[in-house]
Amino acid sequence: MVEDRRLGDIIAYVILSIGVLIVAFPVWLTFVASTWDAATIINGQLPLYPGPKLFENYYRILFVGTSGTTREPVLGMMLNSFIMAMAIAIGKIFISVLSAYAVVYYRFPFRMAAFWIIFVTLMLPVEVRIFPTFKVVSDLNMLDTYQGLAVPLIASATGTLLFRQFFMTIPDELLEASRIDGAGPFRFFKDTVIPLSMTTIAALFVIQFIYGWNQYLWPLLVTTKDSMQTIVIAIKKMIVTSDALTEWQLAMATAMLAMLPPVLVVILMQRLFVKGLVETEK
Amino acid sequence: MAQVTLTNVKKIYPGGVEAVKGVSFDIPDGGFCVLVGPSGCGKSTLLRMVAGLETISAGEVSIGTRVVNQIGPAERDIAMVFQNYALYPHMSVYENMSYGLRNLGTPKDEIDRRVKEAARILAIEPLLDRRPRQLSGGQRQRVAMGRAIVRKPQVFLFDEPLSNLDAKLRVQMRVEIKKLQRALGVTAIYVTHDQVEAMTLSDKLVVMNGGQVEQIGLPADVYKKPASKFVATFIGSPPMNILPGTIDGPGIVALGDAILEARDLREDLAEQTPVEVGLRPEDVEIASEGEAGSLPFDVEFIEELGATQLFHGQLSGLPFVMQAATDVVAAQAGRIWITVDPDRVHVFDVATGARLGRV
Repeated sequence: MVEDRRLGDIIAYVILSIGVLIVAFPVWLTFVASTWDAATIINGQLPLYPGPKLFENYYRILFVGTSGTTREPVLGMMLNSFIMAMAIAIGKIFISVLSAYAVVYYRFPFRMAAFWIIFVTLMLPVEVRIFPTFKVVSDLNMLDTYQGLAVPLIASATGTLLFRQFFMTIPDELLEASRIDGAGPFRFFKDTVIPLSMTTIAALFVIQFIYGWNQYLWPLLVTTKDSMQTIVIAIKKMIVTSDALTEWQLAMATAMLAMLPPVLVVILMQRLFVKGLVETEK
Repeated sequence: MAQVTLTNVKKIYPGGVEAVKGVSFDIPDGGFCVLVGPSGCGKSTLLRMVAGLETISAGEVSIGTRVVNQIGPAERDIAMVFQNYALYPHMSVYENMSYGLRNLGTPKDEIDRRVKEAARILAIEPLLDRRPRQLSGGQRQRVAMGRAIVRKPQVFLFDEPLSNLDAKLRVQMRVEIKKLQRALGVTAIYVTHDQVEAMTLSDKLVVMNGGQVEQIGLPADVYKKPASKFVATFIGSPPMNILPGTIDGPGIVALGDAILEARDLREDLAEQTPVEVGLRPEDVEIASEGEAGSLPFDVEFIEELGATQLFHGQLSGLPFVMQAATDVVAAQAGRIWITVDPDRVHVFDVATGARLGRV
């Protein structure tokens, strides 16, 4: 039995290692490419170890910009992406918590109808309603603004559903105890529902931040100025150059930079996840 | 401190289900009232109406001199202990106990004084900084009681507070609840389906069934003179034996061939009227064969309970249980003869289940 288990362990490790390699190799290649000069990459002879231009390339892309299509430095684009992702994540959480609280705890006419209407919008992602949404945003003069980037993406049913399911697991006795303790609807929300929802909020924040950060189609439509564009769009623009050489080392450095914030959010919030999972008990 | 009065209280749910069908009784100031009955009898609904967690469809509930029908739970001056304690999981014990007072805007030092005092009474002082999940069932129970005490309410409401505890702790907490209620002198309403809790805690026992009150009285009176067959079989453990019989003259019932004297029996009943005769297992005594008024009991097996033993068997072909002291030796199986004190023979109407006692 003991040997069988060891064999099982080895097989598991081999499979996991292959998986890690498959995922990590392209990332490594991207990193390596961002540390050489353009000539080495275009040669087609890219080594598998980092080159000498690490600081030079990153300094240039962060503060100076490329010489080709998009001349803005990437630092500003990262800020744009960050503002948009934060606005989407926080806005979604704010709206979904409130709407889920209303749907679960208030008895109003057409409550279930309201819930189902929210539910049905799951089937209408931005891509489906992109033209009318663009029309509304442009009529409201929100092109090339942060509001225009974030607001249309804030409305979503996923968060509402998630919080509704969670609120329904909060025992009714807690609500009753709160009522006897003299806590009105707002106090119950603030003192009991929100503290109990912290893990769900953290989970939703991670998912929505990454969703916002990775947006491509919508920012491409509503931003025309280079100063408003997001980092994801910048990568695309850097690669497609019609009349000049693609500065691959800079595009790869931008890709590396674009990966960082989502990774950081996951790493930092994962602590809260685990902490929440261990500590919370209903 | 206040008395609680219920006047023809009804609960009708949307859809027409009548959970509570017109209940009236009052609890004197400082009294301990237990509502007992099987699940679905409306006892919890009644308690929740007193608490203000359910609306009152008809009738009137007053606490002290104030009708509280239209008053919210927080303003009724009550405190409630829930079955699963309903402690706020994200707050410490101290925060749990002080939450109600904080919402009322009580000054900080007053809150602190009251929480510390309640913690001292309940011996939970070392636990004040802990979270509910770090506490055992018994400790959570105490915290839930502490949360009720700090409010200094007019009325304590208990909704099956002991049913989540193990048997040993339940007995211990039962005694503590009674002591505490006596010491604080607060009126209490306690809902349970456990007839032992009901008997031991109450000084006013309300037995409910199907949304109606079956009997109200001192626990001893309810036990000795159950007003109906339902109360008779619900209160007492093991439950009362019910046997079919007929009236055989004033104060006399016939059980098959045997004749039993029943002192508490109406005298205006015609002979041969079918009735149901109730005999408590603990009221049955062993007699010698052929003794006047003795009944033949075919013992099938014996359950040893330590302090007592239970004889299971058949009497006139119907299942029957008797309780006997452990020094009573009987054959594991076979016929014995039993008698019952005529004061302890209960006779009920076959159709309505009502007690056919002297008026």
